[in-house]
Amino acid sequence: MAEYKPIRKVVSGNYAAAYAVKHARVQVVAAYPITPQTSIIEKIAEFIANGEADIQYVPVESEHSAMAATIGASATGARAFTATAAQGLALMHEMLHWASGARLPIVMVDVNRAMAPPWSVWDDQTDSLAQRDTGWMQFYAENNQEVYDGVLMAFKVAETVNVPIMVVESAFILSHTYDVVEMIPQELVDEFLPPRKPLYTLTDFDNPISVGALATPADYYEFRYKLAKAHEDAKKIIKEVGREFGERFGRDYSDMIEKGHVDDADFVFMGLGSLMGTVKEAVDLLRSEGYRVGYAKVRWFRPFPREELLEIAEKVKGIAVLDRNFSFGQEGILFNEAKGALYGTGARPIMKNYIVGLGGRDFTVRDVRAIAENMKAIIESGKLDREVEWFHLKR
Amino acid sequence: MAVRKPPITTREYWAPGHAACAGCGCATALKLATKAFSEAMEEKYGDPNAFAIAQATGCMEVVSAVFPYTAWKAPWVHVAFENAAAAASGVEAAWKKLGRKGKILAIGGDGGTADIGMQALSGMLERRHNVVYLMYDNEAYMNTGIQRSSSTPYGAWTTTSPPGKYSIGEDKPKKWVALIAAAHQIPYAATASIGNAFDFVRKMKKAAKVDGPAFVQVHCTCPTGWKSPLEKGVEIARLAIETGVWPLFEIENGDFFHIKIQPPGGGAKVKREGGKVVAIEFKKPIEEYLKLQGRFKHLFKRPEAIDEMREQIKAMWKVLGVDVTLPKPGE
Repeated sequence: MAEYKPIRKVVSGNYAAAYAVKHARVQVVAAYPITPQTSIIEKIAEFIANGEADIQYVPVESEHSAMAATIGASATGARAFTATAAQGLALMHEMLHWASGARLPIVMVDVNRAMAPPWSVWDDQTDSLAQRDTGWMQFYAENNQEVYDGVLMAFKVAETVNVPIMVVESAFILSHTYDVVEMIPQELVDEFLPPRKPLYTLTDFDNPISVGALATPADYYEFRYKLAKAHEDAKKIIKEVGREFGERFGRDYSDMIEKGHVDDADFVFMGLGSLMGTVKEAVDLLRSEGYRVGYAKVRWFRPFPREELLEIAEKVKGIAVLDRNFSFGQEGILFNEAKGALYGTGARPIMKNYIVGLGGRDFTVRDVRAIAENMKAIIESGKLDREVEWFHLKR
Repeated sequence: MAVRKPPITTREYWAPGHAACAGCGCATALKLATKAFSEAMEEKYGDPNAFAIAQATGCMEVVSAVFPYTAWKAPWVHVAFENAAAAASGVEAAWKKLGRKGKILAIGGDGGTADIGMQALSGMLERRHNVVYLMYDNEAYMNTGIQRSSSTPYGAWTTTSPPGKYSIGEDKPKKWVALIAAAHQIPYAATASIGNAFDFVRKMKKAAKVDGPAFVQVHCTCPTGWKSPLEKGVEIARLAIETGVWPLFEIENGDFFHIKIQPPGGGAKVKREGGKVVAIEFKKPIEEYLKLQGRFKHLFKRPEAIDEMREQIKAMWKVLGVDVTLPKPGE
């Protein structure tokens, strides 16, 4: 193994994704522009134009066709990538089911953007979380580094378990914000992520296969079970790949939930993606002031890390779940998932759902402090004031 | 003993055992199309297997691959209904990247092509993928049980264009996708029919051999949806050509001023000027085509609708630059 000397570049989250696509030696990209995703595919097009990457780029006429063409390329045997956001992701919805059902190891970056109307281009997790049941795995990046690392790991995990993976980053907060990203020299990426070895191809006429056949009730059920099992089995692969990534490059991703101060915390903040960067900053501050708080950053929303959540729930008195998303008629989506996962386990921390930052509204350290004060009072009194709070709602 | 060479390869890519209806004209079309494609690949690349197929949801898809069986003796992928052209774009891009020489065959019915797949088709043609798109046109959504599409002809009965007191059946003229495809200035666009197998095979081979995208719209009978006798599929398709209902033409590079028209036969008189077909005097009335199909049965009580159909057919030929005369029965 060659010695690892990272290449530090100041890039946006979107450029971090594009560099990861280049370093992963992706073979086919089919994509359609949409704010705030566009600079990913612009950068990829630039790499191709400059001869820095040898990728077949298909500038399709819609996101639906983007995913259809990506599926065609992946079924043919190529390493395939696309990227989108919000309305584009929703337009792809039918094809998302198709990609996972056909067991294709596609990787896609979704830039979290609020769904319209009202029209919005800003950060909101409802677009990706609404694709929860499409059979895709979902990785949420906290920062630009995790966008880069996430794409590289996603290809390795996806190609091991044959399930597509969505790497999710925040609109503007990551996609257009520049930060230092440690990139990995190409030969070391190649060692970590060798060329894809497809189970079958559409170029092999001697062993012709039919992809996308009809299954009667006699067989459909088992196809679904196999996909369900692939998600469960993927947890082990995710941890192994995350550990290997840490051993090679110094950033360990063996935990599906990144934990901070859980062992001596009265309560933890739980959430997805970039808002957890704000939480981590606030937790340091709060602890210096004597608050017994920690955090639980859910990296993988699918497969859902039930076991790791239970470990946390058994240690703390309360969990403040921060959802930059909402399931109408119910509650925040991560909150709903976390409660459901704990039911029947015996772990009964007080759980409260804070709906924050929808449509890109700022979520700051000051907000985390206010939530901490509220949670502290709840835990001390043992009384939950309300289960779901629309935080800082203008009235 | 001299052995006569068969007119087309005996290799089969659309194998027996598929679940198409008895008398399905589209199954015949696919069988001929894949054979022609393979011959073209052999002639162009020296490799009869230099192709893969991407197919839209539809009759020919559901009958061909029911797990764990398949009728396809070629690499085949089905990626939903509206996007055979998009899926084929991705397959073709991957073939290029993986260094495999050849061409991709995309297949869709009239619903999957003229309606829901129109956008993906336009995108694929415009991007100049090395793909032949074969539209098998049985003129309605047959897989879902005979609903009208934009390719359903004027006057036809379907379950969503039923004739009645206030309806003559389908009341819009047929949309000709081959013309729309040609307007993308692609190297080759053509119509064909199972009623003229030699012409169809020749066109499929030509489409397969051009560099870049090509489009072939093949007319194929559906006894189930057309309420026509199972054994008369080819005869009915041929009558469509001979009566002027189905034009056989080729357009290269979007050159609408030099459309190649194939003589329809059936005693029709073809007038040429400078090698170009400018007028056709058909001898067989369209009633000969209509009367074999239950879907047009109601029109015989509405002769004015059949006259309207004649006017629409004339207008369509006008677009092709040909003046046609269509006889009435007994004329």
